[in-house]
Formats: sequence, structure tokens, C-alpha cells
Amino acid sequence: MSANRHKQSPTSGGPLRSLSLHAIVVITALFVGIPLLYGVLGGFKTTRQLSSNPLGLPNPWVPENYTSVLGSASFWQMLWNSTYIAVLTTLVVVAVSALAAYVFARFAFRGREALFTMFAAGLMFPFAVAILPLFVLLRMFGLLDNPLGVILPQAAFGMPMTIIILRGFFRAIPGEIEEAAILDGCTPFGFFWRILLPMAKPAVATVSVLAVVNSWNQFMLPLVVFSDDSLFTIPLGVQQFQGQYATDIARVMAYIVVAMLPALGFYAVAERQLVSGLTAGAIKG
Amino acid sequence: MKTTRPRSLRLRGFTTILLFLLPALVLFFGLVVAPILLAFYASVFKWNGMRGLPTDFIGMANFTRLLADEVFLGDLWRGLLLIILSVAIQLPLSLGIAMLLNQRIRGRAFFRLLFFAPYVLSEAITAVLFMMILSPTEGLANYILGWFGVDPLDWFADPSSVMMSVFIVMTWKYFGFHMILYIAGRQGIPRELTEAAQIDGATGWKVFRYVTLPLLGPTIRISVFLSVIGAIQLFDLVWIITGGGPSHSSETMAVTMFQFGFKRFQVGYASAISVVMFLISLVFAVFYQRYVMRRDLEGASTVLGDQR
Repeated sequence: MSANRHKQSPTSGGPLRSLSLHAIVVITALFVGIPLLYGVLGGFKTTRQLSSNPLGLPNPWVPENYTSVLGSASFWQMLWNSTYIAVLTTLVVVAVSALAAYVFARFAFRGREALFTMFAAGLMFPFAVAILPLFVLLRMFGLLDNPLGVILPQAAFGMPMTIIILRGFFRAIPGEIEEAAILDGCTPFGFFWRILLPMAKPAVATVSVLAVVNSWNQFMLPLVVFSDDSLFTIPLGVQQFQGQYATDIARVMAYIVVAMLPALGFYAVAERQLVSGLTAGAIKG
Repeated sequence: MKTTRPRSLRLRGFTTILLFLLPALVLFFGLVVAPILLAFYASVFKWNGMRGLPTDFIGMANFTRLLADEVFLGDLWRGLLLIILSVAIQLPLSLGIAMLLNQRIRGRAFFRLLFFAPYVLSEAITAVLFMMILSPTEGLANYILGWFGVDPLDWFADPSSVMMSVFIVMTWKYFGFHMILYIAGRQGIPRELTEAAQIDGATGWKVFRYVTLPLLGPTIRISVFLSVIGAIQLFDLVWIITGGGPSHSSETMAVTMFQFGFKRFQVGYASAISVVMFLISLVFAVFYQRYVMRRDLEGASTVLGDQR
């Protein structure tokens, strides 16, 4: 037993104990995995098959639900809308926040900390609190049914987290590098652009991934800004499709599975940045 | 941070500071601060939200109406219920799983990837998926319960079970996020500390209770904080799945606000709800940071810890 303990982490005990711990993990995996599997398999069934045989393999396999989603122009339109909105949001939020984070990290001036605290406090107020007055403002600016009406607020609300993470990273870059650059005739912007940003690539990647995921999943803002469905993003499309085909469950299932794929694919590629961004954001914020 | 730079650099710095901060300030004041101020302003008017600014000043009437409204009081109670459930069930589950996955379990990388995956999916997709799974007539959940001889449940359709069902969906979606936080926190604890406790004869449970758990304190406090803020803002899942029903039994503050603001055109009243949500978040955040996270923030480069 002591040899066993030597190798393993503190909470492990005998083989019986470790069996029950494994069981907990496996049960949790079923809780998480079965809904996903149900969706993927369900998309290959007819709705009638689905109610008589919810969990088994499709018999026969029916690919039509998936092919009809992939063949619909509106789905590709929404995929494109979600994509460029996410990309532009990310560009704006990272550019604007990086400039601000540079100032907060490397300049000493009166009121710096108060200003920084004000930005950081924005972390606590996501869209739900501000959506109604935001809608009124966007209407005044004429930004309803305009992608900018989603991009700019998303960037504004994404700034607090981005600034906090980038400031932490910029601070860690030694002051000697900056002094050397300035002695060599580098302007502040030159230092920022040619030295700081390239050195901060991992942090920039992290905040970009966070911004993409947040934009991709945003529901409330596009819901109130877009009434023209040629501008809809995927979350709106999912809700709309569900409303249209509520009784044709298998078809809805195929639709949401296809809608999941870009997010899951992105997750597979950028898991490391996402996790490090979320943990850094939570711990520093 | 260096403050001993030459005077000339500091003078030149001033315009630089202004130029660099300007875009962020414009965006932040225009789209974060201004809306919140506008909500405060609109909350003391009776206003249908039509173009222009409100004119029909009614003082605190929206707020007195709010505090007498059973639906809104119910929102507060349901928010509290979700917070209690999250802290009592979801977070311990996340913590437990994180501790298990910290051990040498076969396939632990796979489990970690799987448990975190729902967090990446949008609330809209999650909501629609669970509408089908928890459907009273042909859902998967009732089918599985049937294996164990349990009668079918009505899930979202029954006022007495709707909050439990919403909580199940929230757990599915968010426990992996908290698990990731705990795993990161656990990895930050030096190995020597748990080993020293073991050498002193502490058993597995005692090492967890007296070494790991106290050292995870900061992570747990953050995780509770995020759960509370999340519960206050909860909208997407509820809006798509139930719209707040049946008969308001799953409504949250955000859903009530949305109903009045965007469906019934009582924008003044809905603004009052926004203001209350803002104040609850603010008061909670300030008190929590002052009294609960105080020790974690000391000396750290964090929101309130940096004030001098």
C-alpha cells in the first residue's frame, strides 16, 4: 500500500477505492458524452426512428438530414456571417486593448490605476445588464441591422478581460529591452509594434481565441440588433431553425450537430490557448 | 513598474498615453459606460422606447412597482436558488472531478477534453439539444429513466421541475469550465507540500482536507464569484428553452427585463430592472472582493489590489 501511495496522488487508496473513483469519472463522461452522441446519431435517423429507438444505431442510416443542412444556402450564409463578425471583433478588441494595455503596463502617470480599475470593473457587467440601453444607443447611431452594431459592442465588452491579460504579459517584459530600443531611436509606437507585440505573441493568441469563442457564441446582442435574417449568425439560425421545424426533431438534431462542428474544430486546434486564457483571466480578473 | 525614467521621456509620454488610450476610452465610454448611464436615466421615466429621449418623469415609481412585483421577486428567489445549487452541487462536482483527473487515471487527457467541450458550444446549441433530450414525450432522458422503472418526467413543462431541469443543463454546460480552473489551481500547488503531509502520516482524505483544499482557496473563491455573476446574468439558455415559462416559473431577471424591454415596450420599467441587476452585481462584486477575496488580492496585480 505504501509503495502504491508513493506513486500516486494523495487521494488514492486501495484498488477498490480507485475502482469507485474511476466509476465516478466514467459516469460523468456518460452524462457529458451521451447528449452529444445522441445528437450525432439522431441526425442520421428519421424522426420516427428517433422516438422508437433514441439511443441505438440508426437503422437504416439516413443522411438526408445532414445533406439538406449542408446544401442550404442560408446555413453557409450564417457561417460566413459568424466568421467575419468573429474575426473583425477579434481584430478590434485586440488592437484597441493592446494599445491600452501597453500604456497601463509601461507608463507611469497619475490616475493610471483608477483608470485601469474602471476598465477592469467592466468585467462584471456583460450584455444582460446593458443590452436594453445599448439597443437604444445603437438605434440612435443607426447601427441596427448592421454588423458593426454587433462587432463594436462585442469589442467594447471584451476589452476588460483582454486588457487585464495583456497588461500582465506586457509587464513581464523587462524594462531594459524598452530602454535599449528607445536609446536606439525607437518611438513608443515603434517599440510597441516591432518589439512588444511580437514578444507577446502567446498572450495575443490567447486573447484572440477568447474573443473568437465569445463572439461565436454570442446570442443576446445579435438577437436584438439583427432583424434581417440574411445577417443572422449561427446561434440565431439555430433558434430560428428549431422554431421552424420543432416537430421534425431529427432534422433539428442534424442542424445543431453541423452547427457545433466549427466550434468543436476550433476547440480542437486552440484548446491550449483557450484554457490558458480562461484560467489567466479568472485568476487575474 | 519603473517610475524613475528621465523627465524628457515622461513629457513625451503624455501625448503617447493619450493617443494610445483614446480608442479604448471611446469604445468603453460609448458602448459600456454610456448604456449603463442611460439605463439609470431611463429608469425614472415611463417610456415606451420610441425614438428620442423619454419625457414622462415618474420618479421612483418603476422601482416601487418592481419591488412589489411577484414575478420580479420570484426572479430574485430563482437566482438565489441557482446560486445555491451551483455552489452546493456543481462546484463540488467540478472540484471532485478535477482532483480525480489530477491523478494518473487512464485516458485523463481525453476526459478533460470531453468535460470541457460543452463550454465551447454556444448556449443556443446547448439549449436546443436539451429541449430535445428533456422532451416529456419523446426525449432521451425519459427513455433512459424508463430502464430504471422511473415514470416519465415533464422537465421544462412543469413549474415544479423546470428550475431543476435548467440547473441540469447549466451543470452540463459549465462544470467543465470550473473543473479547468480547479485543475489549474491544483497544478499550482507545489508537490512538496502534499508529499510532506504524506510523510507525516496524513491519509488521502486528510491531505486533501488540510493541505490541498486550503491552498485551493483562491481558486474556489473565484469560481464561486463567477458562478454568482453568471447566475445574475442568466439569459440565453432560459430564453431559448422556456422563455421564462411555464407561467414565469423559470424566469430570471434578464428574461423579465427582456420581456418588458423588447416585447412589451415598457422600456422605462425594463431599464429599472437593468439598474437593479447592475446594482446587485456591483454590490456583490465590491463586498465579495473586499471581504472574501481580500487575502487573495493582497500584493497581486488584480482589480482592486492595485489601488494605492
